[in-house]
Amino acid sequence: MDLSFGSEYEDFRNEVRQFVEANKDKQPGGGAGSSDGISWQKKLIEHGYAARTIPKEYGGFGAEPDIIKSRIIAEEFGRVQMNTGLGGQGISMLTPVLLEVGTEEQKQQFVRPTIHGEMVWCQGYSEPGAGSDLASLTTRAELDGDEWVINGQKIWTSTAHLADWIFCLVRTEPDAPKHQGISFLLFKMDTPGIEIRPLVDMTMNANFNEVFFTDVRVPKDQIVGKRGEGWQVANAILGYERGSLAPPDAAQSRLNGLIDLMQRETINGERLMDNPHYRERLMQIQGRVLAMRFNDMRLLSSRINKDQDAGISGMIVKLLGTELRHELEGLAIDIMGEIGLSFHGNPYTRGGGSWQYQYMYFLGLIIGGGTNQIQRNIISERGLGMPREPKAVVKAQ
Amino acid sequence: MEFGLSQDQTLLQDSVNRFLTEQVPLDRVRKVTAGDVADSEVWQGLADLGIPGLLIPEDHGGVGLGSLDAAIVAESLGYHVTPVPFLTSAIMAPVALLRSGSRDDLLGALASGETRIGAAFGEAIGRRADAGFTVTNGKIKGKSIFALDGDADHYLVATEDRSLYLVAADDSKIERTNLATVDRTRSTCQLVYSGADAELISDDPAVFTEVLDTAWVMQAADTLGAAQSMCDQSVVYAKQREQFNRVIASFQAVKHMCADMASTIEPCRSFVWYAGHALDHVPDEKRLMACQVKAHVQEVGKQVSKTATEVHGGMGFTDLVGLHYWFKRIGANRQFLGAPEMLREEAARIQGFLAA
Repeated sequence: MDLSFGSEYEDFRNEVRQFVEANKDKQPGGGAGSSDGISWQKKLIEHGYAARTIPKEYGGFGAEPDIIKSRIIAEEFGRVQMNTGLGGQGISMLTPVLLEVGTEEQKQQFVRPTIHGEMVWCQGYSEPGAGSDLASLTTRAELDGDEWVINGQKIWTSTAHLADWIFCLVRTEPDAPKHQGISFLLFKMDTPGIEIRPLVDMTMNANFNEVFFTDVRVPKDQIVGKRGEGWQVANAILGYERGSLAPPDAAQSRLNGLIDLMQRETINGERLMDNPHYRERLMQIQGRVLAMRFNDMRLLSSRINKDQDAGISGMIVKLLGTELRHELEGLAIDIMGEIGLSFHGNPYTRGGGSWQYQYMYFLGLIIGGGTNQIQRNIISERGLGMPREPKAVVKAQ
Repeated sequence: MEFGLSQDQTLLQDSVNRFLTEQVPLDRVRKVTAGDVADSEVWQGLADLGIPGLLIPEDHGGVGLGSLDAAIVAESLGYHVTPVPFLTSAIMAPVALLRSGSRDDLLGALASGETRIGAAFGEAIGRRADAGFTVTNGKIKGKSIFALDGDADHYLVATEDRSLYLVAADDSKIERTNLATVDRTRSTCQLVYSGADAELISDDPAVFTEVLDTAWVMQAADTLGAAQSMCDQSVVYAKQREQFNRVIASFQAVKHMCADMASTIEPCRSFVWYAGHALDHVPDEKRLMACQVKAHVQEVGKQVSKTATEVHGGMGFTDLVGLHYWFKRIGANRQFLGAPEMLREEAARIQGFLAA
C-alpha cells in the first residue's frame, strides 16, 4: 500500500497549483459554445490541462499518457471547483474513436475543431425501438451514387439542438446479422431532411431531443471504420462512457454539501443534523461514498500498475454510483420536508434547486447509459461467468 | 502509487487459504462446532503459519506484521468460517498488551498459540441489565456476559470507564459458563466474579479505543470473506442447478441477485484494505474508517447472507449444504463489540456532527 504519487510528481502538482491559483478568478461561467468557454478551452489546451494526450498535429497538447498527472490535474482543479474545460460527446466519446479508427483525413478534419469547442457534436444511437437492445436499430442508410440516403428516427439525442454535427449509427446491410449490418456515419446537422424536436424530461428541461431523418443525403466517405463495422466502433465508445457517469469524487462533493445543509438548516429550532434518524441515514450514505472512493483508488492503481488485478471493481461503478447519488440527493429532499419540494423560482428553494434536479437526473442516469438491469447482466455474465438468457421465441404476429 | 496488496501480502493470504482449504474444510468445521474436535487443534495448525503472532514483534516471538496483513488473514478466516479465537487472542489481546506495555511476558505464549486471552468487552460497550461488575482494590465482583472465547486462559475485562483488567480463567473466584449463540464457530461465555484478582492492564481510554478500532476492522474483514464465499457458492450452485430445462444461472432474476451481491461486496474489499492501512499509517482517519468500515460491510454482509441463501432455494435453508454457518458468522460479527447503528453514531460524533 503506497498512497503517495512520489516526489517526482510534486513539481508537477506545484505547477498545476500555480496555474489554478493564478487563474481561478478568470474562469468563465458560460457553457458550451460560448466564446468565453472557447477561449478558456484554448488556454487549458495550451497549458496541457485539456486535450492533454491528443497529438499536437491534431490540435492537442501532445503529452505522453500519464494517469497520475491526469489525476493530479483533476485533484487540483477539483480543490477549488475550477472549470475543467469543455465536455460533450464529441470531446469525450467521438475524439477517442477517431484517433483510434479514423482515417488521417478524418483526424485532420475533425479533431482540432472538436476539442477546441468550435465543432459541437451529438450522438445518434438510441431509437424508439432500440434502447437496451441497441443493435436492433432500424434507421436505414442506402447508397445512391456517391451519397448515403438516410431515413429513420433517433431519440435521447442530447444537445442535438446545439450540435453542428452528429455521429450516428445506421443500418447499411439490412440482410446481415444485426450486429454486422451497422455503419458509423458523420454528418452535418443542417443537412436538409433533419428535423429536431425537443424532448422534455421529468426535470422539465429539454435535455434530450428526438431527431427525424427524411432522405438525408450524406457524402459516402463520411463513414468511420468499414461498412458494417459500426457496432464495433460504437462499443469502443460506450466503454468510455459508463464509468464516468457516476464518479465517486462528485459523490463526495455532494455529500459535503449535504452535511453542510444538515448543519445549517433547522426545524423547530433544532438542526437537521441533531435528528437521529436523519443523522443515521447520512452516516449510511457516507459509508457507501467511502467504499466507492476506495474502489476508485483501486481502479486508478490498477491502471498505473498493469499487473494489478482489479476484479470487477470497474464494471460496478455505474450501477452502484448512480443508485448512490439518487439516494444521496433524495436524503436532502426528505429531511427538508415541504421545502424539499421547491422548484423553479420558489423563493424557499435550497442549493439553487440542485437537490431536486439531481435526484431526478440520477434516476435518469440509472436508466441511461445502459440501464442498471443491463449493467447487472454484464456483471453476472462477464464478471461472474453466468450464461446469457436463452434467445426468446419471436412473438407471433 | 499502489493501492492494493503487496506480493508478500498476496503470498500470506494464499498460504492461509491453502491451509484452510486443505485442513479445515466444512466437515472439520462441523466437527469442531459439535465438540468432536477441539478448536485448539485448528489454532495450533495456524500457529505453524505464525497467525497468532501476526501483530506481535519478532523479539517477543511473533511475526511483527501490520494491521492490513491481519485484515487479509481475517478475510480468509471468514471465507472458510474457521473456528479459531483469532479476534481475541491474535488481535485484541496483543494490541492491548503492546499499546499499554503491560504483561509483555504473555506475548510469547500468545504468539505460539499456547495461551489464549478472551475479551469481556460487552459491559464497556453497552451494559445490559443482566450484567455488570465492579473492580475495587484489584478484586472484581459481578458478572460479564457474552465474553468472547469460552476456552481462554485469561480474559481482558473492559470497564465502563474504559480501563482494561486481566483475570485468569482458573481463578477459583471465577465461575465460567459457556453461552450458546447461533454462531458456533466462535464460543462465548458468562463470567461470574466473586472477588477474583483483576490486574490493571491499562487505565488509558486510548488503549481501549485502539483495541476496538482494530477489532472492528478485523470483523469487517471477516464478514467480507464470509460474504464473498456465500456469493461464490451461489454462483457455483446456480450454474449446476437445473429447473425448466435450464441452469438457473441463465435466469435474469437469479443473475441479478448474484450481480447485486458481487457488486456490493467488491468496494468493501478496497474499504477494508484502506481501513487496515489507516490503522497503522493514517492516525487522523483511523477511528472514522474503523467505525464506517464495520458498519458498511455489515450492511452489505447482511444483505448478501440473505440473498445467497435464497439463490440456493430450499437447499440454502438446510444443514445439509451448511450455508447457515456463513449466515450466522456474519450475523455474529454484526452484533459483537458494537452494532452498525452504534458505530455510525460514533462516526458522527467524532466528526463533530452531534450537538455540543
